[in-house]
Amino acid sequence: MNNFAASFKKLLQYPSAMAGIFVILVMVAVSIYTMITIPYPEAIRLWRGGEEVWYQNPKFAPPAWFNFFSRKKYSESFAVSTAEGGIEKTAVPGNDGVTTYTMTYEFDFNYDVYPQDMILYFNSAFKAKQPFMAVEWITPDGRTIRVSNFAIGNQYTYRFSQDDKLAAKLRAEEPILALFSDPQTGGIVKGTYKLVVTGTTFEPESNVDVEFVLHGQVYGLAGTDHARRDLTLPLLWGAPVALAFGLIAAIGTSILTMVIAAVGTWYGGWIDQLVQRITEVNLVLPFFALMIMIGTFYSRSIWVIISATILLNIFTGAILGYRAVFLQVKEAMYIEAAKAYGASNWRIIFRYLIPRMIPLLIPGLVQAVPAFVFLEASLAVIGLGDPVLPTWGKIIQDAQANGALYKGYYYWVLEPAVLLVITGLAFAFLGFVLDRIFNPRLRDV
Amino acid sequence: MSVIAPASSEQVTAKKKTALHSFARMMRYLAMRVLTLFSTVVIGVYLTILIANMGGYVDQIIRGEIRDSITQSVANNPTMRNMDPETRRKLIEEQIALEEKRRGLDTPIAVRNFRHLTNALQLDLGRAINMTSDSGSKQVRLILLERLPATLLLMGTSQLFLFFSSLYIALNLSRNYGNFWDKLVIALSPTSAIPSWFYGIFLILIFAAGVKVLPFGGMVDSPPPLNPFDYAVSVLKHLILPGGALIISSFFLSVYNYRTFFLIYSSEDYVDMARAKGLHAKDIERRYILRPTLPNIITNFSLLIITLWTGALFTETVFLWPGLGRTLYHAIGLYDTPIIVGSTIIYAYLLAMTVFLLDFVYAAVDPRVRVGN
Repeated sequence: MNNFAASFKKLLQYPSAMAGIFVILVMVAVSIYTMITIPYPEAIRLWRGGEEVWYQNPKFAPPAWFNFFSRKKYSESFAVSTAEGGIEKTAVPGNDGVTTYTMTYEFDFNYDVYPQDMILYFNSAFKAKQPFMAVEWITPDGRTIRVSNFAIGNQYTYRFSQDDKLAAKLRAEEPILALFSDPQTGGIVKGTYKLVVTGTTFEPESNVDVEFVLHGQVYGLAGTDHARRDLTLPLLWGAPVALAFGLIAAIGTSILTMVIAAVGTWYGGWIDQLVQRITEVNLVLPFFALMIMIGTFYSRSIWVIISATILLNIFTGAILGYRAVFLQVKEAMYIEAAKAYGASNWRIIFRYLIPRMIPLLIPGLVQAVPAFVFLEASLAVIGLGDPVLPTWGKIIQDAQANGALYKGYYYWVLEPAVLLVITGLAFAFLGFVLDRIFNPRLRDV
Repeated sequence: MSVIAPASSEQVTAKKKTALHSFARMMRYLAMRVLTLFSTVVIGVYLTILIANMGGYVDQIIRGEIRDSITQSVANNPTMRNMDPETRRKLIEEQIALEEKRRGLDTPIAVRNFRHLTNALQLDLGRAINMTSDSGSKQVRLILLERLPATLLLMGTSQLFLFFSSLYIALNLSRNYGNFWDKLVIALSPTSAIPSWFYGIFLILIFAAGVKVLPFGGMVDSPPPLNPFDYAVSVLKHLILPGGALIISSFFLSVYNYRTFFLIYSSEDYVDMARAKGLHAKDIERRYILRPTLPNIITNFSLLIITLWTGALFTETVFLWPGLGRTLYHAIGLYDTPIIVGSTIIYAYLLAMTVFLLDFVYAAVDPRVRVGN
């Protein structure tokens, strides 16, 4: 144990190793936070959810903090409703059960880029007579535009952008652009806009609620994808998945490789020969092509992929390296002593041979993690990721499939890519330093 | 003079004899390697088929092929054209059953897999379900072989460039180790943990989307230039980014490894001796440091190349490079099982061939192979 304490002290001298440890600890903390705040079933529900979950978000929207760096300010998204009190609602009862509702919402619009869309979602309760609604739009310069009026069912959606009558009335191709522009100059008008929805219900028990959704050009902390999904969800959930995949695969392969190398060298003879022959065959087995075959033919579940990864990565070049060291250790005096007091083969392997290799094992294990973290992403990118899990690789795959790099949605690729790089490099730098500390032979040169 | 002449001719014959002897040794070594590598490929392909046929996928390929060809031949046979559909259908089913029996599809799975193995080793991989080659064939072999040159071009140029540039730079670094560049390479060597396709994304972002000097992907401009020179220039331009991504992803680690090898060997006593004798620094480097280090470096490089080979699949996909990897990617999308099995087998062959090529170089540079240990 003293040995380990001393090694850790040496670790403190390397800033890159400390940075690596820091990043890994942050990732672990984020993973724990994510798994507590967004439990697995909830995450799957959201990730697999369609329009009904994500209708409030714009499509292809970069994160909101883009506005800090951009001279042009992109409009932000919001959603308000009468049910949650975001929109003021007044009801004036009249004769014969008729009630008149006025719902107004004022908002500041100080951006340079038009929003994507505006939508009104109505919810009403009635028996026979449909409520009737009228929508008005009051611009900061005092113009009042009568947007539309219509009778609504129990559920009704009104999209400003798809109203051809409104487009004709405004003499514009895009109603949204016209609503936010000065009709003379065509420029965008900044200031406080007011949306007034007046409605009439014809039955005493009737009620009406409205939700107003504005799809801006930027959204939230991480932006959204083609399915309006908030990218913070897969970015957060990607951390535990990447860590789990990388660590399980790295620990599995390293330990199995070491045990097999130890058993092979200790017993020697045909067992040792077999291990070497398997390694030779495994070297010509195309790993990724086999993984693809397993992914397409059998299962894309992350557990199957991890098991196959571990199995195919046991017999690699590393086993030859371990073997060379074990051959030296096998001749050591203390092994002779163990044999003399009558220790069994397994006792010698697990109590005397393998513990000697821990200094080799730990750096190798840490250095193997990034390869597996990226493996998960690589498989996801070619469409063989776990179909239900939200992961970093899945984001990149969606982005690639939707031509994000060509169309300029850089945030969509960069966010998961940067997280992958940071995680991978943290392990790589830490492993590199550990290797130098535990294997001082390399440190001299 | 006359006394010396026969002695020298004797020396020449003796030299010739040893040259012949070492040549024979080398050939024997290479023949052994071919044999062992071929047997490993056979086992590797057998394992591939075993995995694929666990779900009966290889059998399905054969069955589909038999059904196709028999239905075709019956439909094209004028004497059978006037039969009523019911008897014709029966006839087809009978013939299919017969042919399946002839091809051994009713034998136990272990025997069947051996039959598939011999087919696969001859690259007789059946017919694709949805994909066709550019020449219009549905033969898996033709589809894959058509894609092979693109993959070989990309991998060959990048690997050769990677090997020689990192060797050259490592030699330079080992000469004045401890300086700024040396420290920089050591510091950057962990970045090789990032796979090449990942660097590819960043390169596309910078050079194709940002600076707009290089193409996003593909292998030639579209439409392809007619003039062969322009064509070559266009291919070269498209090669820069994917090749660059492959090189960057392993550059720093290989330079670091090679430099370490050089440093280990340059601290040997015989190098000090050579220095003491006053030999040229260049001669010392070439004969006393580079020569004994090369076998180690080649072993290291061949392990690297094996990972590069299979990883190139993703690089090709990201850069839309029309090679094997991208074909495999397409096949996944179309669920084209014969192509998926076929590319796995071709990759196994390619890996074995790469290993053999490097063995050949190894035999050429390592005197122990020629002289015998």
